[in-house]
Amino acid sequence: MKIGVLAVQGDFAEHIAVLRRLNVECQEVRLPEQLEGIDGLIVPGGESTTLSRLMSIYHLREPVAAMAKAGKAVWGTCAGMIMLAHEITEADPVPLQLMDIGVQRNAFGRQIDSFEQDLEIHELDGLEPAGLEPGLFHAIFIRAPVVIRVGDSVKTLAMLPNGKAVAVQQGNLMATSFHPELTNDNRLHQYFLNLAASPAADPGPGQGTDPATEPVTGQ
Amino acid sequence: MVDVLTGTFTVKSGHAQMLKGGVIMDVVNAEQAMIAAEAGAVAVMALERVPADIRADGGVARMTDPAIIQGIMDAVSIPVMAKCRIGHFVEAQVLEAIGIDYIDESEVLTPADEVHHVWKHDFQVPFVCGCRDLGEALRRISEGAAMIRTKGEAGTGDVVEAVRHMRAVQDAIRKLQNMPEDELVVEARNLGVSLELLQETREQGRLPVVNFAAGGVATPADAALMMQLGADGVFVGSGIFKSGDPAQRGYAIVQAVTHYKDPKILADVSKDLGEPMVGISARSIPQEELLAPRSI
Repeated sequence: MKIGVLAVQGDFAEHIAVLRRLNVECQEVRLPEQLEGIDGLIVPGGESTTLSRLMSIYHLREPVAAMAKAGKAVWGTCAGMIMLAHEITEADPVPLQLMDIGVQRNAFGRQIDSFEQDLEIHELDGLEPAGLEPGLFHAIFIRAPVVIRVGDSVKTLAMLPNGKAVAVQQGNLMATSFHPELTNDNRLHQYFLNLAASPAADPGPGQGTDPATEPVTGQ
Repeated sequence: MVDVLTGTFTVKSGHAQMLKGGVIMDVVNAEQAMIAAEAGAVAVMALERVPADIRADGGVARMTDPAIIQGIMDAVSIPVMAKCRIGHFVEAQVLEAIGIDYIDESEVLTPADEVHHVWKHDFQVPFVCGCRDLGEALRRISEGAAMIRTKGEAGTGDVVEAVRHMRAVQDAIRKLQNMPEDELVVEARNLGVSLELLQETREQGRLPVVNFAAGGVATPADAALMMQLGADGVFVGSGIFKSGDPAQRGYAIVQAVTHYKDPKILADVSKDLGEPMVGISARSIPQEELLAPRSI
């Protein structure tokens, strides 16, 4: 299994460090040809306006969208969630429109409002965090976005006590508002690797939709 | 049942981790901030004057008028940083009160305290500080800095001091990694840092926080040079808005930082950028006018 990590800007090295701990081969992706031969892609945290521009200049939008449509696993964290959204609350950046979600950028305010909080994520039950006690997932939110519209075929994996969705899945696609790559807890990465290993076998969102035939908006 | 923690070192240093591989640009008004954001900056530094003008004007350089900073914060959705004088914890309190995303405790402004830096652990907002070597970097981290940058020599357009400082940090870390464990106590004492922090640096083989290059970066090749020397990202001060075509140059430097290992792309983005900032050789500046030695 080989996982690509979009490396145009952001904390891609932190994602790669987690994947290496899980003995997964990694590929830094800055150009379209670096998408070849990978089984899944992580769009890391960073500045979404910067990611958006660099993806456009180096023609990464279409091949990443094609990958997602072909059923390969794609996961966006924070800025990556913004990039995977169908729509966001501002005109800039331009998202990839891969998941049927609406996302608000900087939803909690400025850096001073960044926070850490434990979340319940039942889909992680049974996955063992290496060296840690199973239980709540310690989530780190940095100038984080939230999902303000969850499409019918999208499953909410985690929400804040106020009901806002901060981790979502639509078949082979995942998005989290927070940064698992800044913790020692590898369970969400393991969950993503399971998706990447068997995208077709994945039960998908709620009613067992086949991700291969799932409508993917945009392109 | 659920604790919400704000202002932790994790969220402060974590913000710097999101800036990695990016360019932070100095701007003096909302219009420049929008040009910077459009060019792909990961953040902007809100200033009254860029370092080249501070250098030319002389006098006392202080924190920027909060109204100017707020104008810039309102104009862009990317993070906004601002500078306080070294040791001026009240300027830092003011910047925190207006909701700035990051404070640069900077030698570019006239120091307010020649002995003490701001005790940055007291703040919810994260700080970035300059360094010339590993000891300075780790002392700033001990005081609570969540991000480090080289000092370089700001406002010159001459990259030589930034190179010197980045190499000094990297060389010292390599030396540390080869040092027998029983020599670490003396090394910690020599650097004026705790043994614990020194051991952490040795174990990670890098600074424990994000380390950007700053002070004299003026071209895409300068930016890529600093990245190849081990910088996590780049601050560009006077180099963009003192050049002939700031939008084009900013855009080129953003691409150079992403593709810093790809000389073909570097060649492409370096073409037709117009006039770079004029610059002054750091070596020609009298010792007493250098900014970098203003704190240790």
